[in-house]
This record gives sequence, C-alpha cells and structure tokens, in this order.
Amino acid sequence: MTTRRKENLAADAAPSPAATGKPKFAMYWAASCGGCDIAVLNIHEGILDVDANFDVVFWPVAMDAKYKDVEAMDDGAITLCLFNGAIRNSEGEEMAHLMRRKSQVLVAFGSCACEGCIPGLANLYSRQALLETAFSTLTTDNLRAIRPQPSFAVPEGELHIPYLYETVKTLDQVVPVDYYMPGCPPESKQIAAVVGLVIQALKGEAQLPPPGSVLGVGDSTVCDECARKRSEKVIQQFRRMATYQPNQEECLLEQGILCSGLATRSGCGALCPAANMPCIGCYGPAPGVIDQGARMMSAISSVIDAKTPGEIRQILDGIVDPAGTFYRFSLAHSLLHRARVASREG
Amino acid sequence: MAGNNGFEPVIIGFTCNWCSYRAADMAGMARVKYAPNVRLIRMMCSGRLDPQFVLKALAEGADGVLVSGCHPGDCHYLEQNYKTIRRFEMLKKTLAAMGVEDARVKLVWASAAEGMILAEEIDKLVAEIKALGPLGWKRMAWAPEALAIAGGDHDN
Repeated sequence: MTTRRKENLAADAAPSPAATGKPKFAMYWAASCGGCDIAVLNIHEGILDVDANFDVVFWPVAMDAKYKDVEAMDDGAITLCLFNGAIRNSEGEEMAHLMRRKSQVLVAFGSCACEGCIPGLANLYSRQALLETAFSTLTTDNLRAIRPQPSFAVPEGELHIPYLYETVKTLDQVVPVDYYMPGCPPESKQIAAVVGLVIQALKGEAQLPPPGSVLGVGDSTVCDECARKRSEKVIQQFRRMATYQPNQEECLLEQGILCSGLATRSGCGALCPAANMPCIGCYGPAPGVIDQGARMMSAISSVIDAKTPGEIRQILDGIVDPAGTFYRFSLAHSLLHRARVASREG
Repeated sequence: MAGNNGFEPVIIGFTCNWCSYRAADMAGMARVKYAPNVRLIRMMCSGRLDPQFVLKALAEGADGVLVSGCHPGDCHYLEQNYKTIRRFEMLKKTLAAMGVEDARVKLVWASAAEGMILAEEIDKLVAEIKALGPLGWKRMAWAPEALAIAGGDHDN
C-alpha cells in the first residue's frame, strides 16, 4: 500500500491518467452523505485488491483530483465508476454526464443514485420551501437574510455556484446506467463480492451480468432473510418505535411496527430486524416491483383487521407520515416521482 | 367552473368483472347517457387493484381514477372487496400527502344491476374533476430544470 500510495502521489504531481496499464477506477458523490464511500473502504483488506487491480484516478472523498483532470481524459478511459448520490443540482447533473462519458461501466451505487434515498424526500416539498427551511426559519441564524446566489461578481470576475433543482432525480433519470447497487449504504461484503467479480471479469475469468442488472443483492425480499418468527399477520393497531418496545422473536409487522421488509429487496441480511428495528426499505423495491411504496401500501392494507371505512381509517391514523414512510428511500424513483405542492408554480 | 376551456378529463376506471363492468354494459344496453370520459379496464375483482395501477394512471396523464366493485358482502371471491376498501383508504391517505385532491380518486360500489347508479356516479366524478382542472402530473413532475434557470429565477 505504501509504495502504491507513493505512485499515486507521483501521478497527482503530473496528472496523466494513462500512466499505468491498469484499468481505471473512479468513484464520485453527488447528493449523498459519504456513507457509500465509507462502505467501500469498509471492505477492509479488500481495498488492497482494488488498489492492486485498478488505478484510482478520481475519488473526491479519498484523494485530491480536479474535475478538469477527468475532463482531460479520453472518453471511456475509466473502466469502472461507482457513482453515488442523487442528482439535485446542476453540478450533479454535469458530473453525471461527465462520468458517463468517461466511464465504460457506470454503476448507480447506493440508494441515492438508484432510488433517490433520503435526499429524494425533498421531492415532497418545493425548492422554495427547502430554501426557506435552510435559510430563514426561526432556528436559523441568518440575520442578513443571505441566500446562495447562482452567480456573484467579485473583483476577480464572476463566481458561480450550482443551481439547486426543484426535483431530485436518480442517476438513471439523467444518464444511462450499466448496473445498480442499492443499499444505504450497500453492504460491504456485497461490495467486496461485486468488486471481486469485476476484477475476475477484467482478467477474463468471469463474465459480467447483463447490463441493467442489480448487483450485490438477493433475489427476494428482506422478509426471506429475516430470522423472526412469522405467524398470521393481523394488524389492529400501528405502533411507533419511539413509544413501543417490540419483542425480539416475532415478526415486527405482526407486532404493529411498520416494517418495509416485505417490499424491499434482499441482500442486506436483514440487519435491522436482527437489531430489533424495522426494515426501512433502503435496498429499494423487491424484484418485480416497480413502486416500492405502492407495494407496501398494498401489502399492509391486506392485513389490517377492519372492514368498515371508519374502522380502517382509525387504524390507518397510526401511520403518521405515509409518503415519508412508504417512500423513504424510493420517492424519486417512484411512479409519481414527486409530490405536487401548492407553491411550486407560484 | 371557471378556467375550464373545454377541458375533457381523462379518467381510468378499474371495474370488477362480476358487477361494475357488467353494470357499465347494462348502462350501455339500456342506452343510458353518461359522460364518455372514463376508459374502463376490467379486472377479475376490485381486490386485484394494485395501488401501482392507480399511481401509474395518474403519473401517465389521467386526471382521475374510478375504482368500482361489488357491494361489501357481495364479493364473488367472498371478502376481497374489503381488501379494496382498505387499499383504497390507504392509497387516499398517501395520495393526499402527495398533493392529489381527494375527489380525483373515487370508489363506487355498483352491482351488475346498477348501471344507472354507475352512470350517475361517473357523471358526478367527471363534473368534479372538470371543476378541479387537469392534473398534468407528467408536466409537473418532469418539468425540465433548465427552464427555471433560463427563466431568470435567481431567487436562490
């Protein structure tokens, strides 16, 4: 690692991405938290394999590099790009196009790039409302009422910052994507397996799955990986984690906790239910499901123990935030894509 | 009905094979006149209604959705229309959070003999949606962001 690090430093000094014959690796973050990058580093000594098999040419979290270095590369110069983060401003969109052009294999990496994830929940509000919340609510210390300006003149010239979009998009809503790797973040052992597969494929020892495949996942739902005891599902009352302590053995949904396991793709190993927390759906829609929230609604309402609209509504009142719960990770990739809000046109 | 300008709503109707689809047939045979805005899709049971169907209809350009099935207690498959009520209530709750007006999605019970009732309910639904105006979800949700920038919206 130490010697490689030196080589990297040398490469930084004279940015020449084609310095070695090794395949090139890039990782980029758009609207994301950085957890995906950490998850990649979490493959522990597996990162040495990445280093041994790839030239890391661009990875803003891990190394210094400029956008212009990427722009200077030949199209398709990057073998593998893991792109995490949703697209919510003009910079993210520009980088999505740039990384697409420069990469042979572009992977929508993590829930944000695949389904919009938590940043995608901004689609429940207008851009204006988001800016209000960030810059001018009572709890914000912004006495001069400063708002970010897309362009600003200084003596040296005009400065530009990215433009915040009204609607958060997923990576594949902006550019074509070769593979998807969901999860918030993707599980490190799944990442290690996928990276291993790509390395084997580069050596001609394995074949990459067909484009459009979802990688590093199971082919069923989180329920199938969950060790909890399941009996008949009949819900008389929804309970919230803040006010109820579920037992460790039984299915959380059967205890009235909204658990997204039944609409969510397997692959994580049902970690959350094992820690006595409900699945919140970060691995995205299960195979064959277009709209994760709709599948949740459908499944949950099947097991509500009531027959009249009045009783049903009373039980449903226990679901405080239906859009935010059912679409916590997949709103930007849902059928409706965003909410319709009054101030949007105004 | 101000600002209507000849707006004819597109409504997708999901009907049960055993009752409301036949009710619509009956209304046709009896030459009952009702608004032609509903495109009917036949399902084997209203309980087959996947919320995805409604969301897709709205997302792809429908101004409203009608769901119709057998009266509670009369289900051909015993209890599935109770499931319909629950799904419908759940869906309405979520749709409200997504900014879809209550009147745009409607549940109507109509037996095979109730062609007149179905026709009346369709007329009412069409009138209500005409009053609300077009939904235009596609245009709203997928508006190109570049327009906002070009439009000189610099109140960042």
